[in-house]
Amino acid sequence: MAERSFKKEVEKLRLGAGAEFRGEGILAVAKALLQSGVSYVAGYQGAPISHLMDVLADANDILEELGVHFEQSASEAAAAAALAASVNYPLRGAVTFKSTVGTNVASDALANLASGGVLGGALIIVGEDYGEGSSIMQERSHAFAMKSQIWLLDPRPNLPSIVRAVEDGFDFSEATHTPVMLELRIRACHLRGRFVAKDNVRPKFTRKDAIENPARDASRIVLPPSTYLHEQEKIAERWPAAARFIQDRGLNEIFHASARDFGVILQGGMYNTVARGLQLLGLADVFGDTKIPLYVLNVTYPLVDEEVKRFCGGKRAVLVVEEGQPDFLEQNLHAILRKAELATRIHGKDLLPMAGEYTPSVVTGGLLKFVEKYGPELIDRARLPGLVKPLPLPPVQLDRHVQPRPPSFCTGCPERPIFTALKLVERELGPHHVSCDIGCHLFSILPPFNTGATTMGYGLGWAGAAALQSPDSRKRAIAFMGDGGFWHNGLTSGVGNAVFNRSDSVLVVVDNSYTAATGGQDLLSSRGANPLRTTRQSIADAVRGVGVRWIRTIDRTYDVGRMRDTLREALTTAERGPKVIVARSECALNRERREGPARRKAAGQGRRVVRQRFGVDAETCTGDHSCIRLSGCPSLTIAPNPDPLRSDPVAAVIESCIGCGLCGEAAHAAALCPSFYRVDTISNPSAWERFAWRLRQTVIGWLQR
Amino acid sequence: MTEQRPVTIAILAMGGEGGGVLADWIADLAEHAGYDAQATSVPGVAQRTGSTIYYLEIFPRAAGRQPVFSLTPVPGEVDVVIASELMEAGRAVQRGLVTPDRTVLIASTHRVYSIAEKSAMADGRADPAKLLQACSAAARVLIARDFARLAAGTRSVISAALFGALAASRVLPFERDRFEEAIRRAGVGVEASLRAFRSGFDAEPEPPEPAPEPPQVPEAIAHRIESEFPQESWTTLRLAAHRLVDYQDPAYAAEYLNRLAAVRDADDHPFPLLNEAARQLALWMSYEDAIRVADLKIRKARAGRIQKEARAEPGEIVRIHEFLHPRAQEIADILPPALGRRVLASGWVRRLTKRGRIVETTSIHGFLQLYFLARMRPLRRRSLRFAREQEKIGEWLALIVRAAARDRELALEIARCAQLLKGYGAARLLGERNFDAILAESRTLGGAGAAERVRILREAALADDTGETLRNALGPPRPLRSESGK
Repeated sequence: MAERSFKKEVEKLRLGAGAEFRGEGILAVAKALLQSGVSYVAGYQGAPISHLMDVLADANDILEELGVHFEQSASEAAAAAALAASVNYPLRGAVTFKSTVGTNVASDALANLASGGVLGGALIIVGEDYGEGSSIMQERSHAFAMKSQIWLLDPRPNLPSIVRAVEDGFDFSEATHTPVMLELRIRACHLRGRFVAKDNVRPKFTRKDAIENPARDASRIVLPPSTYLHEQEKIAERWPAAARFIQDRGLNEIFHASARDFGVILQGGMYNTVARGLQLLGLADVFGDTKIPLYVLNVTYPLVDEEVKRFCGGKRAVLVVEEGQPDFLEQNLHAILRKAELATRIHGKDLLPMAGEYTPSVVTGGLLKFVEKYGPELIDRARLPGLVKPLPLPPVQLDRHVQPRPPSFCTGCPERPIFTALKLVERELGPHHVSCDIGCHLFSILPPFNTGATTMGYGLGWAGAAALQSPDSRKRAIAFMGDGGFWHNGLTSGVGNAVFNRSDSVLVVVDNSYTAATGGQDLLSSRGANPLRTTRQSIADAVRGVGVRWIRTIDRTYDVGRMRDTLREALTTAERGPKVIVARSECALNRERREGPARRKAAGQGRRVVRQRFGVDAETCTGDHSCIRLSGCPSLTIAPNPDPLRSDPVAAVIESCIGCGLCGEAAHAAALCPSFYRVDTISNPSAWERFAWRLRQTVIGWLQR
Repeated sequence: MTEQRPVTIAILAMGGEGGGVLADWIADLAEHAGYDAQATSVPGVAQRTGSTIYYLEIFPRAAGRQPVFSLTPVPGEVDVVIASELMEAGRAVQRGLVTPDRTVLIASTHRVYSIAEKSAMADGRADPAKLLQACSAAARVLIARDFARLAAGTRSVISAALFGALAASRVLPFERDRFEEAIRRAGVGVEASLRAFRSGFDAEPEPPEPAPEPPQVPEAIAHRIESEFPQESWTTLRLAAHRLVDYQDPAYAAEYLNRLAAVRDADDHPFPLLNEAARQLALWMSYEDAIRVADLKIRKARAGRIQKEARAEPGEIVRIHEFLHPRAQEIADILPPALGRRVLASGWVRRLTKRGRIVETTSIHGFLQLYFLARMRPLRRRSLRFAREQEKIGEWLALIVRAAARDRELALEIARCAQLLKGYGAARLLGERNFDAILAESRTLGGAGAAERVRILREAALADDTGETLRNALGPPRPLRSESGK
């Protein structure tokens, strides 16, 4: 069950021709897929396209009506491989994942797909996780497009342009027998806007047709000598076809081509930022009507030499607005103009920074420098926006008072106690090398846990510890892996690898029943039933199946004492060989979504319901905050000390507490302090319970002061 | 070319605060009022309690033309900034989103503490006055209220209260009922949201809280305070005396005053040393032993406070479970020295106290356990720990008085070191070790910079919970004789 439900919103996917669609970018992409007659969609969730997967999952009924097959793939590689259906059949298929990390995983299949080429349109929708809000290394999908010759679309970030890019993308793919990658930046995925819908299209050629009439063409299979043929084809046929299609369909846009003898070449995705920059400099209006010629590359790979020459011809200079590095476009443009012997100056990374996000401030600054060089009379220096002026010193220096607020484990998160236990074990046994993975558990590297040395990728936590063992040391490395990473590839790359290579290190599989970090999607080992998927498969059984003998399962991670003892045993036992601890407790966000409504309903119906939460006695808390350093729970915070003689704030549990139990367990396991208490509030108690309670209250009342 | 520009709105919120809902309400409100609206955000891991910016632009709908909206807020170009918390408001100011020529800043003044503030060993909180001052200096209009409290008062979420404040600010060209209609259209928790909306709409600045009344103390003690001590110390001394009578008995409070006499004589107007030593001495003399903890846990007022916190409805039962982990040391502490030492030497008490215990103070059995423990109060004066603490207190006070004769600043810093003596179990042990180390060092100090040195060491002791920073600050053990003369 995903974090966000689109059950209501997916009804918009049924809108017919002429109706106005209002909503989020990601929903518009789903609608565009249906308008394009897609036959199948696959993908792997991850910001910023997690919601696309959630939308499609929630839209299953609509997809079935249209005969569209939807898979929540085991990994991005599996998703990309599904596009094989478009190699021999005129089936339109789309896959989606987070980029560049997902594209890394998928690149084996993508390279094979791109080599042989496709018959049906193949669209790869990547969420470009770059810039503010990104959770990964800062790289570009552009490199993948170039190396495998996959066309790259980077449409202007508004819903009509994005929808058009999806529709054109399929045609483009079919016209050139080449897969097409559609790049959506973070904010474009989550932008809310409107466009005019078209009718959904049922594919004419169906998957049934394909299955019942199998086709094959040996020349499309990636094996020599076909591979040599494929390479020639890419250059001799597919590329020229692409150049023709881009021009015929007008995929790139040119605004006010001859307004000036200088202009701007930009990625489509940068259009709104450039338009805002021009507006702030008085060079465009709110509708993007500009005094400077713009060449908007909605296709950033390949560049069309003819188009570039047409735009640059007669211009003294162009500014290339290309976010990210290396500066592939700028280099390519240099080459095109040089070969054409055009003298147009190219500016880009000389006036704009080489690395980092192109925010409006950055781009406006670059535009100003460019226009001042080539058309200074256009700039009204008296009316420049504040952001291009040197910042005045703020009247109050805030640096010490505004602190970072990194993401962390949610209130009641079952992963937090695992790291509390690890901290307690390390107090006894000293620090260990900890190899991390991808997932919520990676928050362990941040305060207050400050645990973990590296993360090498999704599912690669244990593989990342492979070399860190030595016959000369009794210490064992510890690796972490989530259930998401485990099923993605960790079972083979981590567990199988450790068994085969006779590793002596320890793996903790953090099993919260979902791919929680991407929004709580189900996976093989989810404990809830899913009407569309097979769940409830055991991680411990899988681990045993590939040959691990030392396995411990903990079914309640909040039991810090047991978690600590199990970790200690794994780190100190004389038994050699790979050791796996499966630490299972359901993601608290998802559990609350599942159980909360049921609990409130039960209380409303007069059934006995117990709510629990924790508290701290301000009178006995001495304000040293040891408890917080072992927890970091958002609901365990500090409050002004009610005691006027004390100045340090006391620990306090706020109302968002869901009574997960960690506070009490940690207080016990670490022998912290006697300030924690748990309050059980019982709705609709039985008559006997009420009587006993009143009796106790009376007796206690006599003795109390 | 027209000079029109969109109205720009940035919302700074933390994951789970409903920032997205607020952005949706605003976009929906604008669209229904004939505007084009674009809202963007960066969810992803930011949903997990991190700070998130939601950004909107709205512009009157024009036939056949679509405005080009920015996807990110531009410093200096934001009309409205809504911050769901005070440090987030500070962050908006720091990022240049709040500017005096343009921005209406709607900020909730409550604090959600950052992990650095929370996990500090002492007081790591940012200064709210500085944050407010920066907000007020940066904004064209600042609307700062505790919207979290207002929302909680209506059992709803802060986003609705902030939406109310946005309506009241009149910075958007829409009437109040349009705002309320947007909440109704969204259709989730409508009544509660509308209540919070109204409270946010009507929010007035809050008056400062009045100073609390000084507590009652026995007549004789009050008389001694006023006749023997300077007026500058009366408030502290009354609070201290009240605490010590509550902790032990009036005689204990009298002893407290006796001990302070020497510090009083060593200090002068306006008596900063006396005040600080008085405060620290009161806290030290009322150290938290098992008797004290039991006593505090069974009080009527406490049970009442917890019932209120739990928001129990009439007819609901509230049961309170204490998480206690008394260890052999803490049991020995409250016994007479001979018995206490035998407990420490014996293995079975240690084994018995290996695991923590959960005691229900709303059950008769659990209550009585703590009740009888609390009744041991008169025996405290003869306990193992009492003797130990009184001796250390004596040494500390003597050191303060001796230092004050030469360097009152140094004496004050030594007095402040008692701050390190807090916590239970291992935390208290570390605090005592650090305290002893700094006091030992302070004995060797003299001349200029001595007070500064003690202050630096105290802060080093509070920098981590392993004692490492302090060890580094103290440096390697010094050679007995200086070799620099060679």
